[in-house]
Amino acid sequence: MERDTRPAVVVGAGPAGLCAAIELKRAGAPVLLMDENAKPGGQLFKQIHKFFGSQEHRAGVRGIEIGKDLLRESLDLGIDVRLDTEVVGLDPNLKVWAVEGRRRSYTLDASRVILATGATENAVPFPGWTLPGVMTAGCAQTLINVHRVLPGKRILMVGSGNVGVIVAYQLIQAGAEVAAVIEAAPALGGYGVHTAKVRRAGVPMLVRTTIVRAEGNEGVERAVISEVDGKFKPLAGTERTLDVDTICLAVGLTPSIELASLAGCRTFFVPELGGHMPLHDEFMRSSVPAVYVVGDIAGVEEASTAMEEGRLAGIHAAFSMGYLDSGEMERRTADTRRRLRALRQGVFGAKRFTAKERILAEKEKECP
Amino acid sequence: MKPGPELPAVNRVTRHAVLGDLEPLREVTIWFEDRAVKAREGEPILSALIASGVGILRYTKNGSPRRMFCGIGRCTDCVMSVDGVPGVRTCVTAVRDGMRVERQEGVGRWAGEDGRDGA
Amino acid sequence: MPMSPDAPDASDRTLKTLGAPSLAELRAAGVVPSREELAAHPCVCVECIEEIPCNPCETSCPQGALTVGQPITNLPVLDRQKCTACGLCIPACPGLAVVIKSLEGDRAKIRFPWEYLPVPAKGDRVEMVDRLGNPVCGGTVVSVINPARNNRTAVVTAEFPAEYVDDVISMRRL
Repeated sequence: MERDTRPAVVVGAGPAGLCAAIELKRAGAPVLLMDENAKPGGQLFKQIHKFFGSQEHRAGVRGIEIGKDLLRESLDLGIDVRLDTEVVGLDPNLKVWAVEGRRRSYTLDASRVILATGATENAVPFPGWTLPGVMTAGCAQTLINVHRVLPGKRILMVGSGNVGVIVAYQLIQAGAEVAAVIEAAPALGGYGVHTAKVRRAGVPMLVRTTIVRAEGNEGVERAVISEVDGKFKPLAGTERTLDVDTICLAVGLTPSIELASLAGCRTFFVPELGGHMPLHDEFMRSSVPAVYVVGDIAGVEEASTAMEEGRLAGIHAAFSMGYLDSGEMERRTADTRRRLRALRQGVFGAKRFTAKERILAEKEKECP
Repeated sequence: MKPGPELPAVNRVTRHAVLGDLEPLREVTIWFEDRAVKAREGEPILSALIASGVGILRYTKNGSPRRMFCGIGRCTDCVMSVDGVPGVRTCVTAVRDGMRVERQEGVGRWAGEDGRDGA
Repeated sequence: MPMSPDAPDASDRTLKTLGAPSLAELRAAGVVPSREELAAHPCVCVECIEEIPCNPCETSCPQGALTVGQPITNLPVLDRQKCTACGLCIPACPGLAVVIKSLEGDRAKIRFPWEYLPVPAKGDRVEMVDRLGNPVCGGTVVSVINPARNNRTAVVTAEFPAEYVDDVISMRRL
């Protein structure tokens, strides 16, 4: 098979994009890895906790170290990483439009495009939510763990999924006090081991509770919370005021699908994975031939699953460009798929596995 | 206008059980309106300002204060006027020695631009 | 699904409502050692009662005393006969869910993971807390270790009155 010498362009140098680029380069395929940020790594460098999984998923290693290892590997392989480079356009013929340093604009023709653009944290509006001091949990996490700055002293965490409880823990580690973690649902969302370590640090966790409003003049001075009924409506007479200067929102993420939409990728609504996302097959191919989607854009999960999805797409793209034979592609992706499957089991993983299966089935039905 | 006293870094996480002590980096000085702010080379404007306790980064055209929301360049809540250019996302723009950072109202105005603020 | 006779009733299930497991939930999962066991030898307590994909406790154990197996969402199973209470599983657990407890006369000892500053020092008088973060009794730090292999998860040993051995899980931050 003739090898395609036009580069594969990977958009986003987070865990998924880095792994995709590494697999492509390892197979000898030409690859460009683009990221709008000044530094690669995506959100890995704010993950300072030890990861779950097994040894082959790098369990027990902190995300920040996994990030450093991936960067080292990409450097050793000599991957062309273009930082400060925002991909602002992509058409179905795989013309990529990039803006470098917010100044220089250029286009190039890619042989394959792997979109690893991640996800955006959700907002939840309530009276006072624009006050200084209301921010996403990821914002606070970036400040404390990457920039080493404490955004507030007394914090209310809204949302008890893993993001909410992990960031609550890390805020305590950075020296803040967490006044409470609140959850509108009747059950806490995050892993029990995460909630347990935050709870034993003295942080109240309140289910069936929502934020009613933030109060303050030039910034948050208080948060008013209230219990909710089965339809998430605040219950009269249950309001309480917490003296906090910061309200962190950990209320889910939505896949960042702008480029996929520009390229014409068909999307599908999967609420349990964050909303609308591009359809993809088992090799992470979207409905547009030669456009792959990996990591949170393909359904919000975790860094560990994102890395495996990146590898899947990178291996398959290298194969489709003529740099791996089908046997080698099958062998390498089989390993990746086995590791991925191991992460999508149990009470938390099974839901994600089922959702992913729905995406594959829909892709098969809509664009075989 | 006489410069005010330097804003000290009051919100730095200098020690950390997992990340270790904050490693020293070259310091650069930026100006937040008339106050000097010491920043760590390479960090975004946003973190230098938050480290120095700046609470309000801009006002909307209605005078409502804003600070930041996503911190990673998505939401534009933290935009300020930087060296005369309004609307700069301070969370993804690195500090530079001598940089002048000012709060803007509404969409702000370009340096030398006369007349009213934009929408 | 048939309920086991030990199953806690709904009011005792606090993991998903208060954030920490109740003793009843932990007992139902079989991870609470008896007083006799605690008096006989130090007992590893793996307070991991939810099926999450994770097995570093298994791979960290040089004795093969902790088994997760396949799939890795299985709950860890401890073989107390094989366990030497070496403590390597404490910093290995990404969920900080492993402690080691023992009883010696009227004193209890606990070894637990610690990732906050300040790190306590030997001899410090501290307040021991239960799983909900409530202070339950005073304690004394016996040792603190944080070798490189712990990767920044210190392991603190503290002693406290024996009667609180079931409830104590950690200490209050200094």
